[in-house]
Amino acid sequence: MDAILETPSRNARRNNAASPFTMTDDQLTVHSVTGVDLTLSIAGPGTRSYAFVIDWHIRLLIACAWLLAAYYLFNVPLQLKTAGALWSVLPASIIYFLYHPVLEIAMHGRTPGKRMAGVRILSRDGGPPSVTALLIRNIFRLIDSLPATYMIGLVTCFMTANRVRIGDMAAGTLLVLDNTAAEESLARIEALAAGSQLPLDALELVDQVLQRWESLETGSRAQIARALLGRLEASAEPQALAALTALSDSDLRAKLQAHLSSREPAASHV
Amino acid sequence: MSEGSQIRQWIIARAATWRTVVQNTALLRSQRHATVQEALTAVESYRALARDLATARRVAPNSRTTAGLESLYGQLHGVINRRPRAGIAAFRSLLSVDVPRAAHELRARIMSMALLMGISALAGWWLIETFPTLIGLFASDDMIEHVEQGHLWTEGIINIMPSSILSVSILANNIVVSVLAFCAGIFLGLGTLYLIAMNGLMLGAAFAFVHQHGLARALFEFIIAHGPVELSVICIAGAAGVTLGESIIRPTLDSRRDSFQACAHRVAPALLLCAVLLVGCGFIEGFISPDPTFPLASRITIGFGYWLIMWALLTGRLFLDKSPA
Repeated sequence: MDAILETPSRNARRNNAASPFTMTDDQLTVHSVTGVDLTLSIAGPGTRSYAFVIDWHIRLLIACAWLLAAYYLFNVPLQLKTAGALWSVLPASIIYFLYHPVLEIAMHGRTPGKRMAGVRILSRDGGPPSVTALLIRNIFRLIDSLPATYMIGLVTCFMTANRVRIGDMAAGTLLVLDNTAAEESLARIEALAAGSQLPLDALELVDQVLQRWESLETGSRAQIARALLGRLEASAEPQALAALTALSDSDLRAKLQAHLSSREPAASHV
Repeated sequence: MSEGSQIRQWIIARAATWRTVVQNTALLRSQRHATVQEALTAVESYRALARDLATARRVAPNSRTTAGLESLYGQLHGVINRRPRAGIAAFRSLLSVDVPRAAHELRARIMSMALLMGISALAGWWLIETFPTLIGLFASDDMIEHVEQGHLWTEGIINIMPSSILSVSILANNIVVSVLAFCAGIFLGLGTLYLIAMNGLMLGAAFAFVHQHGLARALFEFIIAHGPVELSVICIAGAAGVTLGESIIRPTLDSRRDSFQACAHRVAPALLLCAVLLVGCGFIEGFISPDPTFPLASRITIGFGYWLIMWALLTGRLFLDKSPA
């Protein structure tokens, strides 16, 4: 499909200095008026599928919940050819089929599934997509979903340069990764930088290890902590370094914690 | 002072600004409108953030702080570059400018699609007149049985299904057919041509079959109220689909992909109007067409009146700006 939709001048166009954006297979670079380019990572088929599967479950569950509520709470029959279908099958169908267009427009290119998967829809110039673009994107689901289970859309995602389905090509949109975790780290960095003498890279590394401490296996986290402490305390006495192997899990954690709040300059970079 | 200390001092000095930018950006994203002061502050923050990001990329290229600034910069870029919400004005512009412009671009292809449908209908008529047994290819056994017993399959349909449900199911089906006729244009326009030709063939075959059983007038009475707009809309959607296919075969921009995208955006307003018109068709087909109490004159009036409304909408005559220049 990509071969059909791209002319041989594609590379020449990509390197065109007048173009407001440059695209590689996995990155969109938007040339900003400030002179500092905006770099966005394009989501791959895996992330797209993950977001879609979450959304599919949500809309299916809501539609089924509506059907059950209509049947059990309001005694509305679930038969298609009766007047009751107006209050049971019809709203459930609307929820199921209009879930994507309505939520993408209301949430500016996101849906609950996309939010959970950490992706959002953007136009190719890096700005939020227009309502028309979102409608076109959703209209083409009809083709992308053929012959079943979004086969055409998935194959197109694998084959196209920017991992887009036909709907995205028509709408001029992309699915990019949303790095909200990194943004949250901005809120912490001030306190960390003020309370520690560690260099920035070491500071962030220690903070990340401590944040993930509970989710790591005991053996693995002790190994990581020892390696980290070994580098942080490189100028310490050899006996002190050897003593690291004897430290318990909680001691290692406390020692890392102490580095975050230490006013003493660290001996070495990590 | 070591480089590490300088970076830390820089972060401490800038962190309060970043915190404010995070809060302001979240606020602006949730708001529908921004004041001039808010917009100016956002632009100033954008510039400041660009400077900080450039510094961060240089001094700490792979840090989470840089990634956080990248993310914040992207969000602010989105806020600053988002399109203004025009509300009613945008809707008026859609009806008075975008739809007529799209229809004007499509007019020659709409005629071609109507011609294709007409020729296919004649072919369908000839086929069934010559080989009556082939009706099984176009109609279900149930429909054939009804007609052979001297009744249209549409007779008594409101006794089986309420008009409201009938309308909704018909309009949903019609919208899917129209959208499919448009989207099938991606297959170099061939998918659209196939759909239009098949629709014409089925229409002609159905008319020929009911004519053989003396029910042509009954079928005409059934379809005349909703048919003119419904068939026109399918031709318009087909014309949009063919245009889409042509944008891939003969790109007018640097790449086929750009040409395809630009074409989809240009013709989309016409398709949107088609969807709205089909909702009206669905209600006419659900409430009026199967109701035997409606006289033929009323049906013809409704059918052509609705078609005139469609024509006025497509040409923009309903929403001409009458204010003096």
